[in-house]
This record gives sequence, C-alpha cells and structure tokens, in this order.
Amino acid sequence: MALEQSNLLPVIDRWGPSLAYNEKPSQDSIDVADRMVDTHCCFCGQQCGITLKVKENRVIGFEPRYDFPFNEGMLCPKGVKRYLQGSHRDRLETALARDESSPDGFRSVEYDQAIEKVASEIKRVQEKYGHSAVGVLSGASLTTEKAYLMGKFARVCLKTPYIDYNGRLCMVSAGAANKKAFGVDRAANAWDDIVGADVVWISGANIAECAPITTNYVWQAREMGAKIIVVDPRITPIARTADVFLPIRPGTDAALFNGVLQIMIENDWLDHDFINNHTVDFDKLVEHVSQWTLDRTAQVCGVSKKKLMQAAELWGKASSSFLLHARGIEHHSNGVENCLGAINIVMASGRIGRKNCGYATITGQANGQGGREHGQKCDQLPGARDISNPEHREYISKIWEIDEAELPGPGVDCYEMMRKIHSGEIKLLLSLCFNPKVSLPDSEYVGAALDKLQFLACIDFFMSETARHADVVLPGSLQEEDEGVVTQIEGRVIKINKAVEPPGDAKQDWKIIQDLTKALGRTQGFSFNSPREIFDELRIASKGGTADYSGITYEKIDAQGGVFWPCPSDDHPGTRRMFEPGSNNPIAKGAGPFYFPDGKARFCISEHRPPAEETDEEFPVILTTGRVVSQFLTGTQTRRIGPLVDQYPEPLIEIHPVLAEKLGVKDGQWTTVETRRNTVTLMAQVVKTIRPDTIFVPYHWPGKRSANRLTISAQDPISKIPAYKVCACKVYPAKEPPHYENEVEAREHPKPKLEIIQM
Amino acid sequence: MPIPVELEFFMDPNRCIGCEACVQACSECDTHKGTAMIHLEYTDRPNSPQTAPVICMHCDSPTCAEVCPADAIRKTEDGVVQSAKKERCIGCNNCGLACPFGVPKVEVIGIELMMKCDMCYDRTSEGKKPMCASVCPSQCLYFGTREEIAVLRPNSRPISQFQFGNQIINTKVNMLVPVSDPDSLLNVTAHLGPQSMDDMMMEGLYEEAVL
Repeated sequence: MALEQSNLLPVIDRWGPSLAYNEKPSQDSIDVADRMVDTHCCFCGQQCGITLKVKENRVIGFEPRYDFPFNEGMLCPKGVKRYLQGSHRDRLETALARDESSPDGFRSVEYDQAIEKVASEIKRVQEKYGHSAVGVLSGASLTTEKAYLMGKFARVCLKTPYIDYNGRLCMVSAGAANKKAFGVDRAANAWDDIVGADVVWISGANIAECAPITTNYVWQAREMGAKIIVVDPRITPIARTADVFLPIRPGTDAALFNGVLQIMIENDWLDHDFINNHTVDFDKLVEHVSQWTLDRTAQVCGVSKKKLMQAAELWGKASSSFLLHARGIEHHSNGVENCLGAINIVMASGRIGRKNCGYATITGQANGQGGREHGQKCDQLPGARDISNPEHREYISKIWEIDEAELPGPGVDCYEMMRKIHSGEIKLLLSLCFNPKVSLPDSEYVGAALDKLQFLACIDFFMSETARHADVVLPGSLQEEDEGVVTQIEGRVIKINKAVEPPGDAKQDWKIIQDLTKALGRTQGFSFNSPREIFDELRIASKGGTADYSGITYEKIDAQGGVFWPCPSDDHPGTRRMFEPGSNNPIAKGAGPFYFPDGKARFCISEHRPPAEETDEEFPVILTTGRVVSQFLTGTQTRRIGPLVDQYPEPLIEIHPVLAEKLGVKDGQWTTVETRRNTVTLMAQVVKTIRPDTIFVPYHWPGKRSANRLTISAQDPISKIPAYKVCACKVYPAKEPPHYENEVEAREHPKPKLEIIQM
Repeated sequence: MPIPVELEFFMDPNRCIGCEACVQACSECDTHKGTAMIHLEYTDRPNSPQTAPVICMHCDSPTCAEVCPADAIRKTEDGVVQSAKKERCIGCNNCGLACPFGVPKVEVIGIELMMKCDMCYDRTSEGKKPMCASVCPSQCLYFGTREEIAVLRPNSRPISQFQFGNQIINTKVNMLVPVSDPDSLLNVTAHLGPQSMDDMMMEGLYEEAVL
C-alpha cells in the first residue's frame, strides 16, 4: 500500500524541500573550479547553453556560454541558480524502502536489495494479474536515450502497454494538430526566422516568464520593424508593448482563429498559389468559418471588434510572419482544435517553409520535443512511429529482436492510467521523472490513486511529493550526472554533457532500468554500456521514421552546435527549416514538402467547443493556471533552490480590481478559491493586468497550496491533454488563514549572511 | 587593466521583463556571493507588469562620493565608481540617500557597509561582459560597442546625460531612448507624472472588450 505519511513534518524535515543557498565565501576558501563543462540548462525547452564550473565532484557555479548560438550566454534566473541543486542536502544518495516505524517514512536499504524488491513485486503482480497490471510513468525532461529506453523497457521487458509520460501535460495538443495538418510534429523553424518576420503572432504564451530568451528574438524582430500581436487573458511582460493586444476570454482560441480566417477570406488576404498547390480541403474550411463573423467572434472571445480587425489586418497583409503558441491555447478540452485554428491562419497566408516565415509551439520541458518522438508516449514507437501501424510495428520489432505479436498495442494516457488504478486494472506503478501528485489535475483524485496501488516504485533524485507515496525509492541521476541528447524548442538535437558522477549509491537512470531487467531475468536487449550505445540503437530505430535521427552523431552535434532533425544520413547536415519547397521526406517521397503521400498540407476544421466546465451562477469566475519565471513545473528542483524561492515564495491569486471589489477581496489578504473539486486559500494580488472575469494561480506548489487541487480532469478527446487553462470557480475572502504548518518547506539553511571579501 | 574603451554599457528599460536573471547572476560574483549589488523594481505593479533593473550608472561626478563624509567611494581611471572602501565606510547611508538613481544600498546586505555595482570590474577589465548583461534574456542590459548597438537598436539612440531638478549628471552607462526624442538629455523629474504609458495602453482595454 502506497499511502502518504499522515504527519508530513518529519518527512519534510528529513527529505525536504529545504533551501540551498550559495555557500558563504570566505577569504581563503573561494572555490576555484578545476574543470569547466560545456552543457545545457536542465530546465525548459529552450535548452540554453551553459558552462558549469566543477570542483572535484561538485558543481560550484556557472559561466555564461557565449558560443552556443541559441542563447549566446543569456540565461533566466533558473539557469543562473540551477547549479545549487547539486550537492543539495536533500539529494537522495541511497535506495529507500518504506518503513512505517520511521517518523520520516523510510529507511535506507542496500541498492541491490531495493532493485530485488521492485523486481519481485513486478513479478508477483504480473503473475497474479497479468502483464498489464504494471504501469510506467516517464518524463520529457529525460534525455532521448532514456526516453527511448523507457519505451523499450515497458514494451519488451515488462510487456505492458501502459507507459505514458508527462509530455502529456505539455505538447500533445500541438503535436496532434501538427500531425493532422503537416503529417509531422516539429517546430517548423529555427528561431532566427522570428527576427526577420514582418508580423509575430503570439497566442497563449507567457514568453517572458516561460521561455525568457525567446523574448530577445521577438523584440529583435520588433527593432527591425515587425508588428507584434499578443493574445492572452493577462497583460504579460511580452504583451505590455504589443502593437495589438487581444485580452481573450480563456477557452475561445479556436473561435478567434476562425474569426481571423473569416476576415482574411472576406478581404482576400490569402495566398491562393500556396493554397492551390500545397494544401487540400481549404473549401471545407471556408464553409465552416463563414459562421465566425466579426460580431460573433468578438462576442465569444470577449475582445473588441476594432482590435480583432487590427490584428487580422496586420496578419493578413504581412509579407512574412512567425506564429508562436504555447500551453495557453493547448491546455484545453479542445486544445487540438485551437492549435489547428492557429495552423489554418498560417497555411492560408502561405507563410511557412520560407525564410522568416514560420510556425512553432514553444515546447515546455527540456526534451519536450525529443521526449515525444521515441516511444515513451502510449501510442508511439521510436522515430515518431505509430504503435498501431503494422509496418511500423514490424520494423521496430526487428530492431528489438522480438516477434511482432509480442509487442503490446497502444496504452492509455497518464490520466487514464490514474483511472485504471482506481478501477483496479493497474496495481503497480514505476515512475521516473514525473510528479503526478502535483502536476496532474484534480490532485486529490491522483493522490487517492497512488494510495490505492499495491506497489509504487519511484526513481528520483529528490523526494518528490509523489515519491512520498512510494514503497521503494531508487536514487536516480540529475541532468548534470549523465550524458545524452535532447531536442530543444527549435527541433535542434543537442548534447548534454556529464559534469559530475551521481553521489553515493545514486545511479544514472538507464543503469537502474537495466539493473531491473537483470533482476527480472529479462535482459535481452538491455545490455547497453553507455548512453552512446543506446543512441546508436535509437538512430537505427528512428531511421525511415518522420523523426529520423539516423545521421546524427554526438560528434556532429559538437561540430555543428546541434543538428536539426530530420537528418537521414551521415553526410546530411540536418534540416534547419521544415517544409521548404523541393524538400524531401519519407512519406511524400518528393511529391511535395509536407509529410503526406501527396506532399500537401491538410486544412482541418477547427471546431470551437465551449470549455468542459463553463462559469455559472454558483461558480461565476474563470480560473486559469500557469507558471512564474523563477519556478519550474512541480518545483521538485526549483522549490529547493533558495534564491529562486525567495524571488516568488508563495503562489498568489491574480485578480482584477473590478472583480476584487465586487467580491470583497483585497490585495494582500487571504482569499479562497473554490471549485467543484476543492478549495485553496492564498494571498490575493490585485492587478489590472488580467481580465476582470478571470483569476490566475501559478501551479508549482504541492499540498494545500496546489492549484491542481482546483483544476478539472477534463481532457482533449484527441490529445488527452488536461484542461488546466480553464475551469469555473468562486472566489471569496478567506474565513480564516490557511493551515499550511504541516507542509511548508523547512528552512534549515537560512540565507547566509554576507562576509565581505575585498580582492 | 582598464575596461577597453570601445566597450560600453547600454540599458533599455523598455525591454525589461522582470525576470531577475540580472539580480540572480550578480549574486554569483565571488566577492559578494549570495548578495546582489543591483536590484529590480516594479514601476507600478497594480497597473502594469513594467519593471526596471537598477544598476549603477557610474556618474562622472558621483554624487555618492561627493556626499561621503569618510571619502570612502572612489572612481577608477576608466570611470567605474567602486563600492565603499571597507576600512573607511562608516555606514552612514549618505550615499544611498543622495544617489539620484537610487543605487547604493547600505541596509540590504545587513552589514554597515555600502556596496554597489562595480560593473563587474573583474570581468570587464578583462574584456568580458558583466554578469547581468551576459545573462539578461531580453537584452535590456547590453554590453558591447556603439557600432553593435546602432545595428541592433536602429530605433533607439544612447544618451548619458540626465537632469534631476537643477542637477545635470553625466554617466558612463548609456540609456537607450527613442531616436525620435529630440532632447540630448533625459529630464527625469519632468518625466515623473501621474500616468504611465501603460495606464494609457490599459485605458478602455477591458471596457471595450465584451465581458
């Protein structure tokens, strides 16, 4: 039984989160690095180059890495302070087993003993209930080698269809829409195409906080004369100076794009040559969007007709453009439709596949792109292949040296796995690089699922909130403790270099997985000695797929500052810009630049559906969630880094003064947000920078401060992304201050006092 | 070694996104590890997300040094105004009160000593970029040549003269202003008004939206 400890204080006391600060320097002990390691940041999808300063086996600081072309030394505060996660007091250095007699819930055990325990539980559960009683959760912050190994491990070693990953909460709506429209799922351009664009359209992307370095690309475009259009329910820093800002009502993006397309059609701001020669089904779309008149669109989206018209005109008349979107339009129960709407206005303009003409979703996690290509997704095999496609199954079975009939079929998304735990179908879960307790919506339901498991094993470097439920915790590796590739925001495959060895009994995650295969006695196909060996197999497995890595090597990545996939042969330089006229791909075979047999892109109807939960008399306010710049995802790392916690210590409720006044809510006062799921009490921040019908709460915190206690588990029917960006709530002044005593981060390491050194 | 003359500091507060990468990177310096010598300010958070980094402007005739009763604040020959000398500073905070840009802080570091941004002298004197301008994700803080900035910011021009009431101050750090602005100096006090640009942008924004 994987129950969370009832008293969390000793758990937090022992396992954190506690706050790490820069070590206090003294005149004699200024740390001098003995090695400098060029690598990348461990956090978001931009994957900024960074140089880590290493002394012995410790990362002691950083230097800007001016030579990496994407960021040229630039970093956000997370990148600056990331090194503080190494040598952290909370770092898990031994395997842990559940021990109810221990106040902190666990006792250290021999690593081998822990591996044996996990393996014997897997065997027991599978013998009793069948192979698919075991589920695997994986993550998009892992290197591509690990992501590939996790998919193979689940299907070949565990023989279960149930593997899914936390990219389910990130890029899947965009990915599904890209596949429907273009036949392939990758950011279509490198970011330098943003700088030369006439118009940059940004929908649902708080770039300044979630992809800060991208700000410089957008604003450099503005310096060169570009007009900037921002669509967001909040005035984000990037919206502040936009030429046109549309403060959209959350959940109505498909309607907005349809309305813009209708204006483009009415004014003939269309690229007929492109539409006729390179696309199909525009006629069907024309008919569909005719209902989206200016009046109706403005009314549904809650924006002014004048501003909507201005945006459509800027977009319609542009000669070059770049459209960017992120979770703001994707985290919806019609997330795929929203993305299709965005793609439709790009395709109708014909502005793709050329210099300064581009389109991309801004991936969220470190390997948001690469992590969704090589088989840890429930319906997917390496090379972005489809697990239901007989040819794809045949090819991968051959690489994996198994009979195609043995390869499991498609599994289910990670939230459906939670439902399958509740229904008793999944009894045992192995989780790596995923913190569902904090990241999944309606988190009370998720916690109850974890409690219901017969056995939960987590591979973690810190005790995440999910790992607190675990029966066994295996000590895994931080990003700087291993090597491998990731694919960043632009589709550029880059190399993470190892700076230090994992401490104590901690091990690289791929070694832990292989140790499990040994303990299970199912080692065939799991005798890799290094990430490079895994990568070499992955290259072959991806060959001929849409995400073709076969021509990429670690050496080529080093030599070129990264390699953009597809890169189908050793002498191929990679593909910086997708869909260029005359480009080749394995599906079209020369028929055209898009990844369909006729080489043409597909216009798809983008249906506006109201949010799964609309506001009503009882719950009259829209709740939307998102990120702040100093925290990352569930905060497993960033809530342990003192200077980042100090920058934004607690989640706040952003609320417009008009709404606040109506509800009696005051700035700096405890305020309760209630949804049909749960309630959360936080401080209100009264600002005019949000729509008066909407509140915003950032989601990086666990327990009673968790925004995901409130969110709804409704999902997009195609991508299965949860609708984090809109649900209905009521807001009122708190009856009493919240009781967080049981879960607030311990602060054993108070901020050290400065001692001055004059050199 | 002095800072190479062709390398200059440019600041464009219009580009600030409030991320505090500059502040966090400043606190990585080995000489004052854990404490930043610069800070970030929200200009008017209830009404706008506008923020501005506050770095030392390195004045030609530094007011902080002029008002220091202990003569603790010195300027290098290449124009960098340094932190107060430890053995001289009496922690009186005259400098903090007098600086027209609001830069030096005596109290923030919890000890009776004025410390301030020295333009990462350890880096810049070796021709390297300061930490804050290296990491700044929006390049609100930029360190490079006039020729580079002319290409990168064709709509802006650098000025380094500021008026506060009757006081005119020349600085080593440049502020970028619109090319269309005819003035050769920035009259700071004249720009202090009840309504910011953002207020004007905000006006009617939601009102005209159909709520």
